[in-house]
Amino acid sequence: MKIMRRQLPYILTSILAFVLSYSGETKSIFVGPSKTYKAIRPALMAARDYDTVFVEHGFYKEGNIVINKKIVMLGIGLPVIDGDKKYEVVSIKSDYVVFKGFHVQNSGFATLNDPGGIKVYDATGVVIENNVLENNFFGIYIQYGKKCIIRNNRVKAYGVEEQQIGNGIHCWKSDSLQIIGNNVQGHRDGIYFEFVTHSIIWCNISKYNIRYGLHFMFSNDDAYINNFFDSNGSGVAVMFTKNVIMYSNTFKNSTGDASYGILLKEISDAEIRGNRFINNTSALFLEGANRMLVHKNVFNGNGWGLKIQANCMDNVITENNFTGNTFDVSTNGSLVLNTFNNNYWDKYEGYDLDKNGIGDIPFHPLSLYSVIIENNPIAMLLYRSFMVTLLERTEKLIPSITPENFRDDRPVIKPFDL
Amino acid sequence: MKGITKFVIADILKNRIILFYALILGVFSWSIFSLEDNTSKGIMSLLNIILLTVPLVSIIFSNIYMYNSAEFIELLVSQPVKRSAIWTSLFIGLAIALNVSFLVGIGIPVLLFVPFMTGMTVIITGMLITTIFVSIAMLCSILMRDKARGIGFSIMIWLFLSLIYDGLVLFFMFQYADYPIEKPMAIFSALNPIDLARIQVLLQVDVAALMGYTGAIFKKMFGTMTGYLISLILMLLWIVIPFLISLKLFNKKDL
Amino acid sequence: MIELNNISKSFGKTQALKNVSMHLSAGKCFGLIGPNACGKTTIIKSILSMVVPSTGNILFDGKNIEGEVSYKNHIGYMPQIGRYPENMSIKQVIDMIRDIRAYQGIEDRELYDAFGIDQFGDKKMRTLSGGTTQKVSATLAFLFDPPVLILDEPTAGLDPISSELLREKIIKERQNGKLILITSHLLSELDDLLTDIIFMQEAEVLFNKSVVALFEETGEERVSKAVSKLLKIKRA
Repeated sequence: MKIMRRQLPYILTSILAFVLSYSGETKSIFVGPSKTYKAIRPALMAARDYDTVFVEHGFYKEGNIVINKKIVMLGIGLPVIDGDKKYEVVSIKSDYVVFKGFHVQNSGFATLNDPGGIKVYDATGVVIENNVLENNFFGIYIQYGKKCIIRNNRVKAYGVEEQQIGNGIHCWKSDSLQIIGNNVQGHRDGIYFEFVTHSIIWCNISKYNIRYGLHFMFSNDDAYINNFFDSNGSGVAVMFTKNVIMYSNTFKNSTGDASYGILLKEISDAEIRGNRFINNTSALFLEGANRMLVHKNVFNGNGWGLKIQANCMDNVITENNFTGNTFDVSTNGSLVLNTFNNNYWDKYEGYDLDKNGIGDIPFHPLSLYSVIIENNPIAMLLYRSFMVTLLERTEKLIPSITPENFRDDRPVIKPFDL
Repeated sequence: MKGITKFVIADILKNRIILFYALILGVFSWSIFSLEDNTSKGIMSLLNIILLTVPLVSIIFSNIYMYNSAEFIELLVSQPVKRSAIWTSLFIGLAIALNVSFLVGIGIPVLLFVPFMTGMTVIITGMLITTIFVSIAMLCSILMRDKARGIGFSIMIWLFLSLIYDGLVLFFMFQYADYPIEKPMAIFSALNPIDLARIQVLLQVDVAALMGYTGAIFKKMFGTMTGYLISLILMLLWIVIPFLISLKLFNKKDL
Repeated sequence: MIELNNISKSFGKTQALKNVSMHLSAGKCFGLIGPNACGKTTIIKSILSMVVPSTGNILFDGKNIEGEVSYKNHIGYMPQIGRYPENMSIKQVIDMIRDIRAYQGIEDRELYDAFGIDQFGDKKMRTLSGGTTQKVSATLAFLFDPPVLILDEPTAGLDPISSELLREKIIKERQNGKLILITSHLLSELDDLLTDIIFMQEAEVLFNKSVVALFEETGEERVSKAVSKLLKIKRA
C-alpha cells in the first residue's frame, strides 16, 4: 500500500494529462457564413491536433491555406477554395490529415515551385478524398509521402501546351500510396510517378491529358490495375522500372506520331496481363524490356499491335488476341530473342486438320511490309495496293527479308474469350 | 437524249454479263461478310475486289459494249440527233448500268455490315472508280478503231494503273529514300485514281497506323476536308477529261 | 434542195472524194452509180454528216449542214446493210426512232403494212434475216414522210415481191415531188425509177445527166445499156 500511495499522484497526473490532451480537447470547429468562423484560416489557427473542421458550402479565397496539424477537414456541400491564380491552394504539412469534400480551384501557375491544388509535404497517412480539383497547375502533388490514400477525386484542367500545365496526380519519392478511383483530365500527365515504390493505382480514369495518361519512372514494385486510359496525347509510359504489374487496364485512342498504348522503356520483370489495347497507333512498344510476360491481352484495331525492338529479350508473348490491327507485330532488327506462343492472330490463314484448336503450320506475325515501313515510313502510302499484297504473299511463302524464326509455332484457331 | 440514255440503260441491264457481274460481286461480298466476323478484315478483302475487279470489268465491258454499239451509233447519227447527245447518252447509260450492278452487288451488303462512314467511303470510291473506267474505256474505243486492239489497250491501261504505277512509286521511294520525298510521292500517288481510292479507304480503316510517323503528311494531304475535296476533284477529273477528249474525237469521227 | 460544193474527203492515204459537186433538186430521182469503192457511200454519208468532208460544203435548203442536225428530220435514210442494236425488237427500234424524231405529222405506214412488220414486230433484231432487216430499214426511211429519201442499195437482199413493193413506193414518192437519191450497182433495177444519173469513178463524178438526155445521146432505152455505151464512148 505504501508503494501504492507513493505512486498515486503520478498515476493521477498521468490520467489527468491523458484526459486533458484527449477527450476534453477534441472538438468540432465549424466554418461558414453563419458560423463562428467565417474563414478557414482562423479556424485552422484555433484547431489543435485531432480536431475536426467542418467547412460549409461557400466561397473561400484566402491565399495559401496550410494544414500543419493532424486534423480532419470536411467540406459540406462542396465548398470552394480558390487560389486566385496566385497561390498554392492547400498545403498539407502534417501526418494523418484527412481532407475531404472540397472544390479546390485556380492555383497559381508557375514552373519554379510547382504550385498545386493540394500539395502534401513529407507526410504519412494523409487521406485526400472526394474532392474536385479544377484548373490548378498541379492537381494533387505528393512529395515524400508515405501510406497516403488519394481516392475518388476529380481532377480537371484545361491545358493546351505541355510546358504550361502540371500533372494531375503527381507523386515523387513516396512509398505505399493508394491512388484509387480518381478521374483526371486535361493535365500534362494524368498520373505521374517518380521514385514511388510499393504503390497501387487502381480503377482510375485518365483522359485527354496532353502527354501521358500515366507516367512512371524509377518506380519499382508497383501495380496498376483496372485503370482506363483514353485519348491521351501519347498514352502511357513506363520507364526504368522493375517489378511492375499491369492488370486489366484499358488503353484506348492514343493516336499520333510517337503515341503508344504503353511505352515500355528499360523495364524488366513486369507482367502485362488482361489488358485491352484499342485503336492506338502503337499499342505496346517495348524497348530494352526484359523478362516480361505479355499474357491474355487484347490488341484490337491498332496501327501496330506490338512493336518490339531488337534490344528486348526473354519476353514471353502468349495467349493474346490480335485482331483488326494494321500490323500485328513489327521490329527493327533480325535478332529474335523473344517467345511467341499460343496467340490468336486474325491474319493467320493456316489450317487445323487434327482439330486440336492449334494451327498445324506456324504463323509469321512479322509482315514484310511492316519491316519495309520501319525503314521507309513513306511506303505506307502504298499499303494494301495490289502490288504490295503480291509482295507480302511471296514473302509469306518464301521468307527472305523477315527473320524465319520470328514466328508463333502454335497459333490458336479461335480467339480467346477475353 | 433522255430516250437514248433510257434505252442504253435498259439494254445493258438486260445483258447477261452485267447480271453475272452483279451476282458475282454480291456472292463475294455476302460471303466475305458472313464468313468473316471481323469487318475491317472483310473490308480489306473487298477493297481488293474494288481496286482490281471493278476497274477491270468496267473498262472491258464498256469497251466491248462501245464496239458492239457501232451499228447503233451509226443508226443514231443518221437520225436528227446531236453527236454529243449520242456519246453522252452512251456514257451515262454505261455508267449508270455498271454503278447499279456495283451497288446491288457490293453496296447493299456493305451498308448492312460496315459502319456507316467507312461503308459510304467504300461505296462512293467504288462508284467513282467504276465511272472513271467507263470514261477511259470510251476513250480507248475511239482511239483504237479495231476491237481487239482497243480491248488490249484498255487492259494495258488497267494493268498500268493497278500494278505498274505502284511499282514505279515503290521504286522511286527506295531510290530516293534519303531525300524528303514524302510530299512528291503523295502527290504522285494522288494522280492515279486507283491509288486515290485505296488511300481514301485506308484513311477509314487504318486510321491508327496512319497517325504514325508519315501519317501526319498523309492525313494532312488526304484526310482533311480539303484533302477529301481534292481527292474528289481529282477523281472527277479522271471522269471528265477522258470523256471530253473522247467526245471531241467522236464529234469529228467518220462512221 | 441539196447542194454539194467541191467536196473532198480522204481516209488516210486513200482519196474517197475528189472535188465533187452536185445539185440535187426536189421531184427527181437520182441514181448514184459507179464501180465499187468509187465514193458513192461516202457521198451519202457526207450528206448525213456521218462523214465530215475535208473541204467543201454541203447545203440543205440553202443552209450549210455543218454542225446542224435538224435538217435530218427531212431525210429518210435506208442504209446499205441495216445494222441495229441486237437486243432490241423491231417495234422497240421503231419506237426509239419515233421518240428521237418527235415527228408531229401523220405517219406513212404504207410500207409498214405492206411488209407486215406488225406480225414479227416483237422479234429481236439479231434473229432477223438480211431481207427482213432491209424491210425494217425501208419502213423506217419512209415512215416519217420525209421530203428527201436516201436509199443505199435498197433492193439488195429483198425478195422479188418486196422489191417490187419498194420500187412502186419509190416511184409514188417521186411523183409526190420528193427528192430521191439511190445508189445501186445493179443498173437493171433502176429502169423506170430514175430521172437522173450520176456516174462516179475513182472518187470523181464522171457525168451527171438526166435519163432522157442519156437515152438521146446513146440511142438506148435501158439505163444499163445506155450507161455502158456512154462509158465506151467516153473511153474512146
